[in-house]
Amino acid sequence: MAAPVLRRGCRGRLWALACVDGGSCHGRGAPTGSPSNRIRGQSSVAQQPLHTAQKPRKGEHNWAAVVGLEIHAQISSNSKLFSGSQVRFSAPPNSLVSFFDASLPGTLPVLNRRCVEAAVMTGLALNCHINKKSLFDRKHYFYADLPAGYQITQQRLPIAVNGSLTYGVSAGKERGQVIPKTVRVKQIQLEQDSGKSLHDDLRSQTLIDLNRAGVGLLEVVLEPDLSCGEEAATAVRELQLILQTLGTSQANMAEGQLRVDANISVHHPGEPLGVRTEVKNLNSIRFLAKAIDYEIQRQINELENGGEILNETRSFHEKLGCTVSMRDKEAKQDYRFMPEPNLPPLLLYDATSLPIGTDPRQVIDIDHIRETLPELPSVTRERLVQQYGMLPEHSFTLLNEVGLLEFFQNVIKETRAEPKKVTSWVLNIFLGYLKQENLAVSESPVTPSALAELLDLLDSRTISSAAAKQVCPYSLQFLTVPLSQEMFSVTPQCHH
Amino acid sequence: MLGRTLREVSAALKQGQITPTELCQKCLSLIKKTKFLNAYITVSEEVALKQAEESEKRYKNGQPLGDLDGIPIAVKDNFSTSGIETTCASNMLKGYVPPYNATVVQKLLDQGALLMGKTNLDEFAMGSGSTDGVFGPVKNPWSYSKQYREKRKQNPHSKSGDSDWLITGGSSGGSAAAVSAFTCYAALGSDTGGSTRNPAAHCGLVGFKPSYGLVSRHGLIPLVNSMDVPGILTRCVDDAAMVLGVLAGHDPKDSTTVHDPINKPLVLSSLADVSKLCIGIPKEYLVPELSSEIQSLWSRAADLFESEGAKVIEVSLPHTSYSIVCYHVLCTSEVASNMARFDGLQYGHRCDIDVSTEAMYAATRREGFNDVVRGRILSGNFFLLKENYENYFVKAQKVRRLIADDFVNAFNSGVDVLLTPTTLSEAVPYLEFIKEDNRTRSAQDDIFTQPVNMAGLPAVSIPVALSNQGLPIGLQFIGRAFYDQQLLTVAKWFEKQVQFPVIQLQELMDDCSAILENEKLASVSLKQ
Repeated sequence: MAAPVLRRGCRGRLWALACVDGGSCHGRGAPTGSPSNRIRGQSSVAQQPLHTAQKPRKGEHNWAAVVGLEIHAQISSNSKLFSGSQVRFSAPPNSLVSFFDASLPGTLPVLNRRCVEAAVMTGLALNCHINKKSLFDRKHYFYADLPAGYQITQQRLPIAVNGSLTYGVSAGKERGQVIPKTVRVKQIQLEQDSGKSLHDDLRSQTLIDLNRAGVGLLEVVLEPDLSCGEEAATAVRELQLILQTLGTSQANMAEGQLRVDANISVHHPGEPLGVRTEVKNLNSIRFLAKAIDYEIQRQINELENGGEILNETRSFHEKLGCTVSMRDKEAKQDYRFMPEPNLPPLLLYDATSLPIGTDPRQVIDIDHIRETLPELPSVTRERLVQQYGMLPEHSFTLLNEVGLLEFFQNVIKETRAEPKKVTSWVLNIFLGYLKQENLAVSESPVTPSALAELLDLLDSRTISSAAAKQVCPYSLQFLTVPLSQEMFSVTPQCHH
Repeated sequence: MLGRTLREVSAALKQGQITPTELCQKCLSLIKKTKFLNAYITVSEEVALKQAEESEKRYKNGQPLGDLDGIPIAVKDNFSTSGIETTCASNMLKGYVPPYNATVVQKLLDQGALLMGKTNLDEFAMGSGSTDGVFGPVKNPWSYSKQYREKRKQNPHSKSGDSDWLITGGSSGGSAAAVSAFTCYAALGSDTGGSTRNPAAHCGLVGFKPSYGLVSRHGLIPLVNSMDVPGILTRCVDDAAMVLGVLAGHDPKDSTTVHDPINKPLVLSSLADVSKLCIGIPKEYLVPELSSEIQSLWSRAADLFESEGAKVIEVSLPHTSYSIVCYHVLCTSEVASNMARFDGLQYGHRCDIDVSTEAMYAATRREGFNDVVRGRILSGNFFLLKENYENYFVKAQKVRRLIADDFVNAFNSGVDVLLTPTTLSEAVPYLEFIKEDNRTRSAQDDIFTQPVNMAGLPAVSIPVALSNQGLPIGLQFIGRAFYDQQLLTVAKWFEKQVQFPVIQLQELMDDCSAILENEKLASVSLKQ
């Protein structure tokens, strides 16, 4: 039975493990065969294939694509990065705006400790070097949703540098095998989010909501080690999981808590890198993959037809499935970076450098944070494979679905059945049922105890495996009431 | 009563010789009489009277909040005052009523001080004359002093009438004029390149610039964030110390303030003698443009210290000549950045154009800012361009470090306090002052004062003597960072030695109507 992993039409459900055909996505620099191999059979998360099978092009040129990502994650904190106003989604417009957020003259930034901790945690989880001294800068540009006329960011010396993000791509040939891939993390910096502009074309006006202005962001910059949409999507998904596990960001793309910009270029292997374009504000994993692959192909087409690539910014047009040039951002911006004079350098300590007798509320100890990091997804997956003998592919699925791991572990606790059985039931039947009913794990009427009971019945051979499997998804609803052997003494009928 | 020191008035209030309301009304009345000085942009009469009423209750109950309870003070109009218009003397903020108090304002109010009003300045504190604000220039009260007028009558070339009144210096000229004319006992100024010390020298006042990081800047509408400090203008050193004691201290809202470096309340001891003191005289400050009168006074002051047993030595601050250029680059860069927020969107002036956001921004800023501000924004943006940043901004920061190190080296060589002039000359007539543009004037007039801001040190201008023309001349003391108390102690000793005369404005008080008549011809006040 096909794993639900490949089920389409999921309500934006994201799967870290994307099955690919052999020959796709070999990492940068050396695609085998024609571009068609690379693009065809793309990630299962796409609604439909991006392109039909490509015929080999004239000239038989090999192309390599280079993708770099800039990911903005909203920090999960009570208040904003430099002011005390609250961070909340969907509040009435301009109801969460302090004097500082509104850029009233004379107001000054005050750094939020929780945001710094979030940055350190994320940096450690991504194997970064944490800079014990980092600096804040002003990045100037005029825009209605940027009240001060500048954004406070970390351009010269960010809080974390030189890390790595490991994600897993499934090798199609051997089911369940996962090939780990790594993308280097260039840096992580703290910066302010901007407000929101709503363009009201009817009245020729723009409405500004500053609720989001000043919310803390972690900008994670990935080196251009990725080579296609699927790799990018997978890497972003893994980052999402890490952020959610750490609690540093809810990283919900639909709510704008995670935004990705992609820098894309193509070149012939062995030749210098091509001109790159920037594709901005991709707000779902699905569109991210789609947009990147579209843009790669667009560039290849353009170059093969003798055209040239402009160093420009493009946005992804969801309905048309293509990227379009954002004309008004064509002119090169000089951001006139300047040190933020109202914020002294940010100094962090570790066990060796912590001055004796300091108030722990006044300082941040990197080592202490490292010790209190929760178990990261990669470690959890490894543990699941070791502990329960499941396939790596399964461990990915368990972690990908919000709440599924906990459900699984609760079932394990209460049942006598073998872990492999539990794994199979949870991932196939239970998850399948959820997908069909469009439910999240938290909304499931079936409790872990109920499923555990069913599995016990199975285990004691009270019901046959065939019978149990024949219980079609709808009937699982009966599991909300206590089971008794009598209920299974007759062959269950499917109800529709 | 109005001519007394803060301490004396405070004692009088405690003893019930006068009530806060009476005091308040006297000051309000004098403010009205001296309106032609154009020292105040906003007179907060109702607010002040209400505060006086509450202060009176406290005194009646024998529970005044402190030494500042019931004392009339004024605040420069670039400090945010809740519910009271704050304009920075600019069209950009005309009608802007802030919803919060600057920390220093709040501290004064918490001590029961009476806020008489917001004083006039150069637009956004850019200038050294208090002549370039939208509400017109401020007139130096010494223009109407007996001391000056008598000297003028002796001069056959002097014009009669009021057309050649003198500037106060700037940019805190309104605050200086307000204190000098006895309309209040202390006033807040700001000091970025000398804006408190300069008008203090020209108006015969004590102008104190605290160490950077000692007093909160929260609510002070910034000019140069890395150099601005709130300044204090009073008629004597003890008064300045009293106010500093209230204002100093860490503010969680200002991340550049340090934690509790001085003891409070601040009471200055009286130096018995100065034999343990070492005074440094920076040789690079002896410039050809320095008036001979001030040079002479400077020399006599040094001699005074020496004759009283202090060690007086010459020191070198070798990078002094680069200071003004360096200051210009850093100041304009920060100004370009700080002014970026003024776009008419959330507050302040907004133009009528609504074709596009860009057009609106451009028109708003053109209408809202005067040429001085716009000039500095343009320069600053030039220095911050990617291709210029290293050569201008970064270089200037490096030179700034050298200038700051010059001072550190001087102090490390055993010097306690540096003694320098504050200004190149006494106050000049307005008509002469405006012959040169703002930029030229600022570059000239800030020469002795702005290196101190670059280094973040405390400094104070003390009125020393009257010039041959009967106008005040001040000298400047510069101290080590956070040695504000020690600096003021030395200044207090010196003040006692020189016995600077009190300004004689009785004629002014009697003759107000006559002056007001002349005013109608000469006034350039634009206040609506």
